[in-house]
Amino acid sequence: MDAVSPVTVPAAPPGAAADQGRVPDAAPHPGTPARLTADPAREPAIALRGSPLIDALDAAALRGRGGAAFPAAVKWRAVRSAPCVVVANGAEGEPASWKDRYLLRARPGLVLDGLLLAAEALGAVRALLYVGRPEDEAAVRTALARHPGAGGVEVVAVADRYVAGEETAVVRAVNDGIAMPTVKPPRPFERGIDGRPTLVQNVETLAHAAWIARHGAEAFRAVGTAGSPGTALVTVDGAVSEVALGTPLSELFAARDQAVPPPAVLAGGYFGGLLAPDRFGLPLDYDAFRAAGSGLGCAAFGVVRDCPVDTAVRVAHYLAAESSRQCGVCLNGTRAMAEALGRVATGHAAPDDPANLARWSETLPGRGACALLDGAALLVRSLLGGFPGAVAAHLDHGCAVCAAERSTS
Amino acid sequence: MKAHVDATRCQGMGVCAELAPAVFLLDDWGFASTADGGAIPAEHEPAVRDAAARCPEKAILLVE
Repeated sequence: MDAVSPVTVPAAPPGAAADQGRVPDAAPHPGTPARLTADPAREPAIALRGSPLIDALDAAALRGRGGAAFPAAVKWRAVRSAPCVVVANGAEGEPASWKDRYLLRARPGLVLDGLLLAAEALGAVRALLYVGRPEDEAAVRTALARHPGAGGVEVVAVADRYVAGEETAVVRAVNDGIAMPTVKPPRPFERGIDGRPTLVQNVETLAHAAWIARHGAEAFRAVGTAGSPGTALVTVDGAVSEVALGTPLSELFAARDQAVPPPAVLAGGYFGGLLAPDRFGLPLDYDAFRAAGSGLGCAAFGVVRDCPVDTAVRVAHYLAAESSRQCGVCLNGTRAMAEALGRVATGHAAPDDPANLARWSETLPGRGACALLDGAALLVRSLLGGFPGAVAAHLDHGCAVCAAERSTS
Repeated sequence: MKAHVDATRCQGMGVCAELAPAVFLLDDWGFASTADGGAIPAEHEPAVRDAAARCPEKAILLVE
């Protein structure tokens, strides 16, 4: 084939280039009840507070919606023994996810309800709302001025970076003004803001906690699966909808008039790797995604319409650029994977690139202070494991889809 | 005893891998890590303590 210059400045990955200032709309998926997307004016009064609310979160089996899916009740109880700090984490670093922006701009009252309920139940000495975009800061400051009882809530705004919402980055940003992760332990629940036990909870999780405070645990579990009950705000190509957990992934495409399965889907923002069509039957369930080697994460999906290899190159370069460059292994590992993928994609692979990619994707997870390197490794692993034909085609003779893209762009 | 390498401090000097090669692994770029969740077999404990003490970046954390 002709000499094609390797990809050095890849186009932005899916979801990254949309209008950043818009107020996203959201509606329930067909068959899913409106909870966080319901009209707030028609919601009942808060019925559960304090310890009964924490017990209700436990009975509801509410799991964190920021990405790690950790049980909320366990997190709340872990900080309750000492004067603690609570943070509503609205720094939505995943470019493909819009659900936190929806809540902060269209339903900020739910987030403030959840934050104030957490602060009250845990006896917090500080309550903070942490955001990563100027539009979100403006929206929550407006909402705070109107919200009863929210006078003591502090707003902390940081620059929008991929890692700024990682929980140790949240703590460090408030303590030292640097929104970058620190090594664990200590985790924030052990020693966080002002050295105190700190609850860092995603804004959607807090909004669900406020819903449970109004409707109870039993009602929460009326939809969803046993292990992943309730609804979640799901982003598909920048559009937010409220979807009952357990709904098959394929239904999301059907709802968006994409009857023909796309060649691939990016899962969990940029954090759950690439899914091939044989995985599109997966239910939206944290454990099912984990068992499939992926991650539901923040439930953001990017539909890949062209070539999964080219998409992997773009996402890998994005993640390499977003490394906070604190860990040598992350700085080097993300860059090495992105560069090797780029050579594979353009038919310029070095002889050891495929074997190196396979080895790095298995040995690098867990090595960095945060999970950014893990996400990059999962991306590579999911590409090699789920799309062997596409990878082989690029290695052997180039890719017809990519060639068509180049000739038209 | 457990030993962990603080990835934010490690500069890839490689002193640890010279002093305790059975415990500290160096990756393609020279940065160190431990296997098995950092669990240290008793016979390697003296070498690991030596490595932690001599690490120029003080990047090795020991948990007794």
